[in-house]
Amino acid sequence: MTRSPVSPSLLDPRSLPTRIGTTALVYAALVVILAVSAVLVSAQGANLFTPANTVDLLTRSSLLGFLAIGMTLVILCRSLDLSVGYVAALSTVVAATVMAGDPGRIALGVGAALGVCALIGLANGLVVTKLRVNPFIATLGMGLIIKGYLDTNFQGPAGDVPSAFQVFGYARIGLLPVSTVVMLVLAAVAIWALARTRLGHHMYAVGGDAEVARLSGVRVATPVVTAHVLCSVLAGVAGLLLAARFGTGNALVYGNGYELEAIAAVVLGGTYLLGGRGGVAGTIAGVLILATLDTVFNVLAVDPFVKDVLRGTIVIAAVALYARGQLSRAAVRVRFPSGGTPPPEDPPDPPGGPSPRDPEPAVGGAR
Amino acid sequence: MHVPRVLLAGAAGLALVLSGCTGDASDGAADGNGADLTPEEEWFDQEEFDRQLAQRDIEPEGPEDEPWMQAIEPEWIDTSEWEFDDPGEATVCFSNASVSNPWRVTGFITMEQQVEALQEAGEIGDFQVSDASDDDNQQISDIQAFVDSGDCDAIIISPSTTATMTPAVETACESGVPVVVFDRGVNTDCAVTFIHPIGGYAYGADAAEFLVDSLEPGSRVLALRILPGVDSLEHRWAAAQTVFDDSDLEIIGYEFTDGDGAQIKDLVSQHLQRGAVDGIWMDAGDGAVAGLEAFEDAGQEYPVVSGEDELSFMRKWQEEELEAIAPVYSNFQWRTPVLAASMILQGEEVPEEWVLPQEAVTEETRDELLEVNSGMPSLHYARFGGEDLPGFPEAWEDR
Amino acid sequence: MSTTRPAAERTPRRNPLSMLSGGTATVALLLAVVFAVIATQNPSFFEGPPLMSFARMAAPLVLLAIGQYFVIVSGEFDLSVGSLVGAQVVIAARLIDGDPSRTLPVLALMLVFGLVVGLVNGLVTTVLKVPSIITTLGTMLILFGAVRYWTGGAPTGELSEAFRLAGRGGIEGVPFLGQLPYALIIAAAATAGAVWLMRSSYGRSLMATGDNDVAAAFSGVRVWRVRTTAFVLSGLMASVAAVLIGGFSGVTAQVGDGLEFTAITAVVLGGVVLGGGRGTVVAAVLGALTVEALFTLFTQLYLPATIQPTVQGLIIIAAVAYASRRGDLRLPERLRRRPGHPTERPLGTSRR
Repeated sequence: MTRSPVSPSLLDPRSLPTRIGTTALVYAALVVILAVSAVLVSAQGANLFTPANTVDLLTRSSLLGFLAIGMTLVILCRSLDLSVGYVAALSTVVAATVMAGDPGRIALGVGAALGVCALIGLANGLVVTKLRVNPFIATLGMGLIIKGYLDTNFQGPAGDVPSAFQVFGYARIGLLPVSTVVMLVLAAVAIWALARTRLGHHMYAVGGDAEVARLSGVRVATPVVTAHVLCSVLAGVAGLLLAARFGTGNALVYGNGYELEAIAAVVLGGTYLLGGRGGVAGTIAGVLILATLDTVFNVLAVDPFVKDVLRGTIVIAAVALYARGQLSRAAVRVRFPSGGTPPPEDPPDPPGGPSPRDPEPAVGGAR
Repeated sequence: MHVPRVLLAGAAGLALVLSGCTGDASDGAADGNGADLTPEEEWFDQEEFDRQLAQRDIEPEGPEDEPWMQAIEPEWIDTSEWEFDDPGEATVCFSNASVSNPWRVTGFITMEQQVEALQEAGEIGDFQVSDASDDDNQQISDIQAFVDSGDCDAIIISPSTTATMTPAVETACESGVPVVVFDRGVNTDCAVTFIHPIGGYAYGADAAEFLVDSLEPGSRVLALRILPGVDSLEHRWAAAQTVFDDSDLEIIGYEFTDGDGAQIKDLVSQHLQRGAVDGIWMDAGDGAVAGLEAFEDAGQEYPVVSGEDELSFMRKWQEEELEAIAPVYSNFQWRTPVLAASMILQGEEVPEEWVLPQEAVTEETRDELLEVNSGMPSLHYARFGGEDLPGFPEAWEDR
Repeated sequence: MSTTRPAAERTPRRNPLSMLSGGTATVALLLAVVFAVIATQNPSFFEGPPLMSFARMAAPLVLLAIGQYFVIVSGEFDLSVGSLVGAQVVIAARLIDGDPSRTLPVLALMLVFGLVVGLVNGLVTTVLKVPSIITTLGTMLILFGAVRYWTGGAPTGELSEAFRLAGRGGIEGVPFLGQLPYALIIAAAATAGAVWLMRSSYGRSLMATGDNDVAAAFSGVRVWRVRTTAFVLSGLMASVAAVLIGGFSGVTAQVGDGLEFTAITAVVLGGVVLGGGRGTVVAAVLGALTVEALFTLFTQLYLPATIQPTVQGLIIIAAVAYASRRGDLRLPERLRRRPGHPTERPLGTSRR
């Protein structure tokens, strides 16, 4: 036993009650937004829940879903990935050029695209953990590197996606697009892995407090690197979806600001930006909220510039609301990054105090 | 601990050296023969290039004072299958790529004004718009939503990218309503009509030929481009490369500017520090004035310049009596799709490929256009073609 | 326990030259190397006028980096500055509309607007407890959309010559330099002001807040006020930068795009740690100069335009990796600091 696995109970998402609380809050917000939207739309004499609008809403959420699930993993480890938009763009061109319109090469194309993405994720993870470059800069830099490569080698659309693979982008089972099904399955796998596997527990542990995790015998780099690899691979899947929908690869999709949208979805889903708390279930709700907004704006034909204003306002308002909810639970007091004056009756441990981390009410008695 | 430090210093140094090396490689090219003047194969189609250059001299069919209704060598097709009983009740849907630049903003205002005019005349009914903010995937969803809703009696599409929008346009065609595509094309001819001005090759060649004609052999020309990978812009550059390649001009190089004035001015200033710049070729007029100011601030004479029919540039041209040309990517094309949709719904013939005229603004035509547009804001486009619409000029002046 | 001086306290003991530790030395070195390479390509670069034109171009980024420095050192982010610069230039153009007499009132209005945006960012972050990355992302979207909605999608109006003086003009007839740009004077003044501010009690509180907001609060710092002020300062700096950028090149639709990332890159290149509590304002300014020098270098080398982002990415990663090796006592797993966590301190640093 060189590095004994820490008992899962210790590393279990310690703020489980809070997390469920927050996730419930996120889904409540989703329901409220859906209800308000439905009322607004019907006031215009239309119906939000027509099959057309439902399909539209779900399709919009699958692309962002892939990106946001990966981003959740990275953020849980207290890292960040600003390169996902570029990785997705690279994935579209790699997949489309390798497939070259030949249905026999679909598997090869998918493998090549995801393999390249995994390597990029590995590089991100290693730069962050081994070279200790702040993830913001590491992944921003990686994004620039990929951008330069794409601009030099793929000016505009490239490759050809066989129609057999375009099914991934267009086919649906009843009202449910295939891509949404895939996204939800991946989300379920991620939720399971975070809750049940050692790797998942380690992600929470490292994001929660890397030092404590290290002292408890977790190899800190492993979960972080894994999260980065998975995040890039999921960005690659998003790229595959784009390629399937476009019928070709398009390097220019990096300009769509997917990275910030994914981060917004993750935070909207109640995941703590500084790591250690949150989860994929909330993220999916966050994604659905953003997709609902987009669909409603479309149905109501909102001016594109007003859309931006509304999006910005709603995201801020929603996150402010959670912060309020969490505060009232008194579970997160001093840990919120932008906290004001902490309640004085609740001092943190004195330096060199007896326990490495201050026990919080929401720990769930894990200790 | 020293080893990694040295390693990292090495890495940083390597990156710099790498930049130095790549720089030197292209430097040789830049100092010797100028920028690479062989167009990217992907973006250059000799046949299409020749066709566009020839189309510039062909007299278009149609009313002379309504260029948006003119067509170059049209092949009229029958549209009676789409005839709508009561066009005044027909819903026309428009999937817009974006209104993210002044050219598109100007065009969209013109389109809205045209729609109002047609609605008042009872020639179309409801007009629904969705805007994809330059996001291909969003636009695919937008088009799909139009199709699924079943409300649309005609769909107009301005694709955000040529290749990627092809499947979505095909879906729209299969839904059984007439589809009109304009501005950028798609790789399918399922649309009833595809409306566009002559094209990017003609634009780039207009600009490049003017520089070749106006400058002494051996003059140094700098090319300013917005961004790589956008087909209409790549075609302009490919045409310019072809024209410059046959000339005795020295092309110092090209730079991407994002159309941002600050970057343009900075880049031009730096090139001026390193040597004379006699001519400037631009793939779009955004920020042309900032580029010219770099010459003012450096105390140098203005270059021969190709801009665009954007008013800030045309006004500067007039004020400073520059030697310039303003190639045009006809903004009035935004009127035509709505008119075409209404014609189709009435079962009238339309050209299968509707090639609109595209005439550069020269010194002879400049002052008259500036006169007509005197009240317009500086980022308005002179050949917007809305002078006879009821909202003129307020709709464009008070944005 | 005087948590008001943690910056000094947290410096590794074995390195007495704390001013030059970590980022400052790296970035100074990098800047020197970049300038040296430029000199080999274009010896005339260091004659007065080209250098002054470099300074004029770099001045807005220096201001943005100073503003971003205040926010980052307090442990937050400001992603809204690019949009704010764009919004300010467009607002100025629309309100002035070529009429010189409106220049001063509009300038005053811009400053007020910048302060208000900073105040809103700060209060939403501190009082409503929204993470600053989300707050400022939201503000970025709101400003971007609102200004375009107001002007119908593309900027209208025109700046007056008087407005453009600050960004474009200068004091003529200075020996050797030719023209001394006002932009350089403004940037130098802002740098001096920022250095002074960081040495004042506010600066110490700001550093303490970013280092450990709980400890700072216990030592009597009003954390929310200190952080909000940092956002207000960032808004102010962005407004002045907008005056310079608008003055430099006039109005285009794309003005301000992406400047927030350039500013953050500049600050981090200067060795300022994201998460707060570490780094000097001088280093942030040097970082801004380095970023601008890199762009200049690329142009001077005739580096193919498409490859530039790749080289830029490699250089910033390598530089930050290098700097993070130098400040070596940090734990490897310290991916991003969490200010609120007292236990999570580097081992071996003094924490009396």
